[in-house]
Amino acid sequence: MQNLTLLSGKKFQITLERLCHQLIENHNDFSNSVILGIQPRGIYLSQRISDELKNILPSAKIQNGILDITFYRDDFRRGDNPLVPNSTQIDFIIEGKKVVLIDDVLWTGRTIRAAMDAMLAFGRPEKVELLVLVDRRYSRQLPIEPDYIGIKVDSISSQKVVVSWKEADKEDKVVLVSEN
Amino acid sequence: MSETAQKLSSKHLLGIKDLNKKDIELILETANTFKDVINRPIKKVPSLRDITIANIFFENSTRTKLSFELAQKRLSADVVNFAASSSSVSKGETLIDTVNNILSMKVDMVVMRHPYPGAGVFLSKHINAQIVNAGDGAHEHPTQALLDAYSIKEKLGEVAGKKVVIVGDVLHSRVALSNILCLQKLGAEVMVCGPTTLIPKYIGTLGVKVEHNLIKALNWCDVANMLRIQLERQDIKYFPSLREYSMMYGLNKKILNSLDKEIVVMHPGPINRGVEITSDVADSKQSIILNQVENGVAVRMAVLYLLASQKA
Repeated sequence: MQNLTLLSGKKFQITLERLCHQLIENHNDFSNSVILGIQPRGIYLSQRISDELKNILPSAKIQNGILDITFYRDDFRRGDNPLVPNSTQIDFIIEGKKVVLIDDVLWTGRTIRAAMDAMLAFGRPEKVELLVLVDRRYSRQLPIEPDYIGIKVDSISSQKVVVSWKEADKEDKVVLVSEN
Repeated sequence: MSETAQKLSSKHLLGIKDLNKKDIELILETANTFKDVINRPIKKVPSLRDITIANIFFENSTRTKLSFELAQKRLSADVVNFAASSSSVSKGETLIDTVNNILSMKVDMVVMRHPYPGAGVFLSKHINAQIVNAGDGAHEHPTQALLDAYSIKEKLGEVAGKKVVIVGDVLHSRVALSNILCLQKLGAEVMVCGPTTLIPKYIGTLGVKVEHNLIKALNWCDVANMLRIQLERQDIKYFPSLREYSMMYGLNKKILNSLDKEIVVMHPGPINRGVEITSDVADSKQSIILNQVENGVAVRMAVLYLLASQKA
């Protein structure tokens, strides 16, 4: 097992801030935009982004929801363990809004496909964008590309990208794990 | 991620008897997420889109049948319905033949209600599909017990440590047995109450208290589950008259108000208003009868989802 830290400490924080400023360029004061974190691991990033946006725009009202995609996945009955659902919390209307989907790692793109389906149960947004902290390039199985990227990583399929969060794992970092 | 188990220990849902505490907790927890789903503007998820389910009812049903069908449709399963009264069963076809014929049309799961106890277990030994028992005679009605437990948990926050009394025709009730097993596995105390003739002789061996006085039972409990008198299963007279039964064991507002605490009133339906429960009690705010029906869909979605998600 070999661990390579790709992002941590101050650089991690700067990356989050940069993502927020990029969001603000397109969404101004977020009056017509909402952000949705994808369960289970995207919710930490969406919370962080939402907190950071509130720091930068103290007067803005940031609407942050969490979206569970379990029932929309395309690998139901294909794995050994059943897919265990998480909760969804969307206390606002997404009809006509600009939605920013947020997840920690983008790999095959299948989660995002499911997330788009899951999201449509809550209305028809005006526009949907995708923000990820880590983009594992050249490994997509569906035609899906992110709009905002924290870092780009070139990896092979046997490697894993693990994102840890202060809230859940004591430390902010992105690690590339290789098994050999 | 939850701390509970990730999958059911059983391939079928034949009775609460075969489930362990972790299974029940997993079902109730999964039902929570489905309760969210059925309260959304779009109440449907595509999980079971490649699954076909046959609802085979050899006995009448309103709630259970509708509830299962809604649960299946909200999970996007394909559904075929079969009622014995309008089928070839009346021409002499056996249970296994009937079901095998249905299965050769590529059905993955069978939801069955049958008047004979053990019909589900029998079927599970002879055919290659997942079976969900929707009531077998006076034996078990597992999804009803699960939704009752879910409703108690929703109302009181917890099932463990609560005192539940099951009142009425325990002898002919599948709801009673499944409820006793389910509530005990979750750590509740259970009492049965009714006329001696309607309480099975050896029910004490299940570890439940037996009480023949309704007022005493109600004073003891946190939750009263009122059962219907199943006249259609009573081949002899078990009590002199319905009027007398309702005077001795019927729950009315006067009794409810005389208790020193607010108990929760449940009923598995169908209600015989004025017999086991009066209208003002059934429609009071202490009654969670309609919540039970709503939760029924969520719990059945959870059961179907968890069973279907086992690898084919």
